[in-house]
Amino acid sequence: MGLTVGGPFAIEVTRLSKTYEGNVTASEDVSFQVSPGEVFGLLGPNGAGKTTTLRVLITVLRPSGGSARVLGMDVVKQATQVRQAIGYVPQERAIDRFLTGREHLQLLASLYHLPKDRAATRIEEVLKLVNLEHKADEVARNYSGGMKRKLDIACGLIPDPQVLFMDEPTLGLDVESRLKIWEHVRQLKARGITILLTSNYLDEADQLCDRIAIIDGGRVKAIGAPSELKSGLGGDVVTLTLAPTDLDKVEALAQALKAQTGIRAVSTKQNVLDIRVASPEQTLPAILTQVGAHRCRLEFVDYHRPRLDDVFLAHTGRKITED
Amino acid sequence: MQMYLQEVGALTMRWVRRLSRERFSMLFTLAQPMVFWLIFFGNLFQKTANTQVVQAPSYIAFLAAGVVVMTILNNGLAGGTDLLFDKENGFLERLMSTPISRTSVVISRFLFVMTITSGQVLVILGVAYLFGVHPVTGFGGVAVIILIGLLFGVGLIAISMALAFSVKSHGDFFSMLGFLSLPMIFLSTALVPLSAMPGWMAVLARLNPMTWAIDAVRPLILTGWAAAVKPLIIVVIVMVVFDAVCLWGAARAFRRTLG
Repeated sequence: MGLTVGGPFAIEVTRLSKTYEGNVTASEDVSFQVSPGEVFGLLGPNGAGKTTTLRVLITVLRPSGGSARVLGMDVVKQATQVRQAIGYVPQERAIDRFLTGREHLQLLASLYHLPKDRAATRIEEVLKLVNLEHKADEVARNYSGGMKRKLDIACGLIPDPQVLFMDEPTLGLDVESRLKIWEHVRQLKARGITILLTSNYLDEADQLCDRIAIIDGGRVKAIGAPSELKSGLGGDVVTLTLAPTDLDKVEALAQALKAQTGIRAVSTKQNVLDIRVASPEQTLPAILTQVGAHRCRLEFVDYHRPRLDDVFLAHTGRKITED
Repeated sequence: MQMYLQEVGALTMRWVRRLSRERFSMLFTLAQPMVFWLIFFGNLFQKTANTQVVQAPSYIAFLAAGVVVMTILNNGLAGGTDLLFDKENGFLERLMSTPISRTSVVISRFLFVMTITSGQVLVILGVAYLFGVHPVTGFGGVAVIILIGLLFGVGLIAISMALAFSVKSHGDFFSMLGFLSLPMIFLSTALVPLSAMPGWMAVLARLNPMTWAIDAVRPLILTGWAAAVKPLIIVVIVMVVFDAVCLWGAARAFRRTLG
C-alpha cells in the first residue's frame, strides 16, 4: 500500500474530546498511545466514552478537540488513507440477515477495491481463519450469535488490516463462543496485527490485552498492563470480617495493624478491614495475633491477589457494573 | 472512476440480492396496494365520477395517471427505509469505515429505488391496459412517463434518506412518512381534477409538485403529444426546482451521517 508510518505508534490519541449536539460530552480528555503489534483495551462502563473514542479512530466521527493518528495518519485530514489501512468489527447485529456470509465478504472486498481474483482468495483466507467455510453460503439470518460474530471479524479482516478495531467483541455471547473469539484475537495478535478493543468485561481485558486504559466519565483514569495496574494497587489484599458485636474494636485493631511491618495500608468499612500486604504468607500470622490480642471474633477471612475489579474500583470509586 | 463504479455496483447489488430474498414482501408491499387503488378505487367510483368533470372516457382512465404518480411517491418516500435499518444496526457505520466515496451509498439507493419504481410504473400501466386504458402516445409516451418518475423520484428519495439519517427512532420515521404521503395524495390531482376541488384545496394542490407530475402524465395517457407539450415543459421546471431544494435540504443530513 506504500504507507509511510509517521511515528513509532500504531495509534496515537492526544487530548481527544467529543461533545455531541445539545452539549452532551461523551469524551472529555482522552490520551493514549498503542505500539505496533499490541492488543490494547479501552475498558469502562457503558457511556464512559470508549465507543466514542473508537468511532473517532475509525473516522466515522469528527472529534470536537484534540487529535488522533492511526499509523501516523490523521483521522480527520487523512481519513481515506486511514480507512484503507484499518479493519473494523462493530458490535454484533451489524449484519445483513438477507445476505450470505460470502456475500458480506464480497461486498466488503469491493468496497476495499480488491480486484476480483484477489478478492476471491482473500475471502477464502478469512473464512478459513474464523472457521466459517462450511456456513459461508448460508443466509446470515440462520447464523447463531457466535457465527455472526465470526462473520463480523471476517468482514473486518478483508482489507488485511494493519490495525483492527473491535467494539465489544464478545458482548452478549455464551461462554463457549467467547472463548473462541478470544482464541481468534490471539491468533490475529500472533500475525502481528495491532488490535484496539473496547470492553466492559474485566476478565476479557485481563485475558486478552497487553495494556488497557480505564475510561470513566470521558476521561482516562489509568493506563498500563493489567499486571502492572494490579501490582500498582500495593500488594495483595487480606480482608477480615469481624463479628458485628466487635464494631467498637475495629478502629483500635486497624491502628495496631498499621504499625506492623509488611502491612502497607488498612482501610475499614463497618466491621470489615481491607489490609494490603506485601506478602500474605509472612504477615497473616502477625495479623491473626493482633486479632487475638484485641479479643476480636473473626467471622470471615479472605485473601486474594488484586483483580482488575480492584483496579477499576480504586481508580473510579465504583464497580464497572454499577451505573 | 473505476473504483467508484466498483463500490456503487457492489452496493446496488446488495439491494438487488436483498430484494431477491424478499420476493413475497416485495410483491405485497410494493405492487399490490397501488394496483388495488387502480382496480378497486377506479371501479368503485366509475359510476359516481362524472366523465364531464374528469374529462376522461372513464374514471379508471383518469385515475391511471394518479396511481402512476402515487406509486412514484410511495416508493420514493419509502426509499430511505433500508438505510434507516442500516443506521440502526450499525451496518452503515461499517460501510462508512471503508475507503469508499461518501456518495456511493446514497447513489446506490437512488439507482435501486428508481429502477424498481420504473418497473412498478410499467406494472400499473399494464394493469390499466387490461381495464381498457391504452396510452394514446404509445411506447414513446410510456418512456416519457418513466422519465417523469425518475425526475420526481430524485427529490423524494433524497427527502426519505435525509429523514432516515435524522430521526431518533424508526417509529418517528414511519409516522412522518404516513403524515407526508396522504396529504400529498389528497392535495393533488390524483383523484379529482383541480376544477372539481374546493377552492382552498385547489390552491394547496397547485403548490404540490405531485400535481404537476400527474398533469404531465395524464395527457400522455389520455389526449396525445400536442396537449402534453406545455405540461411537460412545466413539470421539468417544477421538478428541477423540487429536486434542487430536496437535495440541498438533504445535503446537511447526508454530510452529518456520511462525513
